Amino acid sequence: MNVTLRVWRQAGRDSPGRLVDYRVADVHADMSFLEVLDQLNEQLAQRGEEPIAFDHDCREGICGSCSLMIDGVPHGPERGITACQLYMRRFHDGQTILVEPWRAAAFGVIRDLVVDRSALDRLMHAGGYVSVNPGSAPDASTTVIAKEKADTAFLAASCIGCGACVAACPNASAMLFVAAKASHLALLPQGQPEHAHRVIAMVEAMDREGFGSCSNNYECAAACPKSIPVRFIARLNRAFLHAALTSREFARPPPHAHFES
Amino acid sequence: MTIDLDPRIPGGPVHEKWARRVNDLGLVSPANRRRYRILVVGTGLAGASAAATLAGLGYQVECFTFHDSPRRAHSVAAQGGINAAKNYQNDGDSVERLFRDTLKGGDFRSREASVYRLAALSNAIIDHCVAQGIPFTREYGGLLANRSFGGAQVSRTFYVRGQTGQQLLLGCYGALSRQILARRARVHARREMLDVVVRDGRACGIITRRLVDGAVERHAGHAVVLATGGYSNVFHFSTNAMACNVTAAYRAYKRGALFANPCFTQIHPTCIPLTGEHQSKLTLMSESLRNDGRVWVPARAGDSRPPAQIPESDRDYFLERRYPAFGNLAPRDIASRAVKQVCDEGRGVGPLGRGVYLDFADAFGRIGEEEMQARYGNLFEMYQRITDEDPRCAPMRIYPAAHYTMGGLWVDYDLMSSIPGLFVIGEANFSDHGANRLGASALMQGLADGYFIVPLTVGDYLASSTSVAALDETLPEFAAAERDVRRRLQRLAGLCGDEPVEQIHRALGHIMWERCGMTRGAPGLVSALDEIAALRERFWSRARLGGGASVLNIALEKAGRVADFLEFAELLVVDALTREESCGGHFREEHQSADGEAVRDDENFSHIAAWQFRGVGAAPALYREDLAFETLQPTERSYR
Repeated sequence: MNVTLRVWRQAGRDSPGRLVDYRVADVHADMSFLEVLDQLNEQLAQRGEEPIAFDHDCREGICGSCSLMIDGVPHGPERGITACQLYMRRFHDGQTILVEPWRAAAFGVIRDLVVDRSALDRLMHAGGYVSVNPGSAPDASTTVIAKEKADTAFLAASCIGCGACVAACPNASAMLFVAAKASHLALLPQGQPEHAHRVIAMVEAMDREGFGSCSNNYECAAACPKSIPVRFIARLNRAFLHAALTSREFARPPPHAHFES
Repeated sequence: MTIDLDPRIPGGPVHEKWARRVNDLGLVSPANRRRYRILVVGTGLAGASAAATLAGLGYQVECFTFHDSPRRAHSVAAQGGINAAKNYQNDGDSVERLFRDTLKGGDFRSREASVYRLAALSNAIIDHCVAQGIPFTREYGGLLANRSFGGAQVSRTFYVRGQTGQQLLLGCYGALSRQILARRARVHARREMLDVVVRDGRACGIITRRLVDGAVERHAGHAVVLATGGYSNVFHFSTNAMACNVTAAYRAYKRGALFANPCFTQIHPTCIPLTGEHQSKLTLMSESLRNDGRVWVPARAGDSRPPAQIPESDRDYFLERRYPAFGNLAPRDIASRAVKQVCDEGRGVGPLGRGVYLDFADAFGRIGEEEMQARYGNLFEMYQRITDEDPRCAPMRIYPAAHYTMGGLWVDYDLMSSIPGLFVIGEANFSDHGANRLGASALMQGLADGYFIVPLTVGDYLASSTSVAALDETLPEFAAAERDVRRRLQRLAGLCGDEPVEQIHRALGHIMWERCGMTRGAPGLVSALDEIAALRERFWSRARLGGGASVLNIALEKAGRVADFLEFAELLVVDALTREESCGGHFREEHQSADGEAVRDDENFSHIAAWQFRGVGAAPALYREDLAFETLQPTERSYR
């Protein structure tokens, strides 16, 4: 089949961008959406034109590199997948498909479809972990964790950090991202000692990075390629309120114990 | 220049060697550690765990990744699990047994002392990962669950549904994030390492390209740790991510580091078959599926009935038939070759005839739909999405694909390459897997190297100099390396022929897969050498890519990686040609038994082949490290 890709082209952070139409012929139904972009880039190379920059890597829906807004929906029309798992059998011959980068205040466009998602990394730096050094852990079977809890923690932990939730949100909020990480660790005994600090530090970092607030639109969960449910946001709100009321002193980063002490 | 290839294996019985080494290590005092800067390249399981641990010890760590975030390194895609000798299943497992399985699984082509250390460290890895809050899959009683992987007769594999690599990587990334907040580690994202800087025979820095704007940068450090993964993409079609490459390791090789056993490559038996040339990569279906799936083909060539209409009597469950002791869980190299054999006999299934069935009908009947969904639901969905077929209704079709590389830069027992100060960890080193890696052992090795080994041995290296050298990026060695990098980038950006780089990469993959893939014969290997040289010529004279070197240019990044594969492929073939025996994933057609099994030659090839660069297109020099087996004597590797 033949399709037209209407692609956002932008030379650099501060350059103006525009939509450019590209006709791609001989598209096979079994091709993935990114393979069509590959084919288009081969065509562009033949013509000596600049290739379209886009982030991609594993092409199995797990690395979280994909960051394409396809016809106005993060990762495209199919639920529960990333753009690399989208196959052309979802589209019809002659279709025009709009391809844009994530748009959010916290994610600047670097070039074409590539955005800067380092703000998500900085949210993680604020507290998305358990502080433990190699060698100091007790035997793995010392702590028993109910299967249901472990499975729910895994569901929260399955976030791939792609940023679709932010791109989908009318406020460009990172609530689902933060809620997923905080819930993953809150559900496990290992996450308890730093729980209150983590929740406050990550929420404060979210504000600092320019992400918006949550107004319960639930677009994030609908766009999430891992189908992380919105109920983790309720859990985060509860935890934040509790921490803010009872343990405000933890809002400052804890003194980082040195390895040797 | 000749090199003294001393693996520096400590004395004493095998189970005491690592403890002895640890006791003898030179130490850097806590107050002095912050004066040392360590460059860690790559942020997968090995790199991120090493960076986090080194920073936790107090060193200044600078970390480099070509991704936009450390969390995207290809370790993220590992599905199945991680081995450890916990014996939680009470099925007779032990460190000793994990050691023996791994050594035998590698067909006795790995270093006994290193393999033992890996097995001995396996339990501490699980303890640490649980403490980090990795949500491992658990039993209803709340204890950790295990499953079986190929080449083992015990259940020792810990897992997180089908996303073990992702979860372990997030653990490392979290640990690294903590060190970033503490300002002991920094991550330089979207940077690709393009050269190692060597001064007075020691590694003292790297050259990187900042991918967003093409800036070429110098970074000086007291030690360099490469954790840059494997080179399966030399086959073009592989299960690796698109950007996985050999560049960092190959640059180090060109600067004098020896490259060991490049011909030891792993072809994974259970991947979704290729459907056409438009495809960009292949997708793995986890080995864990072989716990419950049965592999079969029609007994008769040309039987084109749909699988449901083929009665039991007309099916050949060839793995169960040939390897009754291990059945469908025969190791990867053996299962892959068996699959190839039945397809070569014309019994393959699917549109291109290169596929076999992986059938779950028995398992659905035995353990029920709900449990099957819990175990493999995400894999079934993945398969259905790609193929548009539901494995719950009809068997999966699978075929082998390039997946992992056991070969890599040569390292001594301390994981230091032949260039002092340059350490290599994870898949990038020639590793503990010998000629074949067992399933669920890659994650184990990456984390053993990163959390527990290299943080100590780097300290020993630093302690060996009496004073802390000043870091100086203006040294002539930096200028020279930067000049080389710039020259090459300009040459790549100037390619203005008429052939897409992708097409040349595909052609290289075709040569490698056909001549140096699952089986290898001398005539094919000899002609591959000519074909690769010709293809390299074609690349530099006819390739075309758009865009310049001073912007974010994904075509330029790809071209640089392909250019290195076009040189490296030759080394791989030379090694395959020189190793006149069959072992593990290296199967020479000339060296097989009457019934098609690998025939090893311990008399002449019980060694690690480490190669030294002598110029592009020139024959590399071979160094041998003889393997000594004190604990377990090499035997015929049988899974029957």
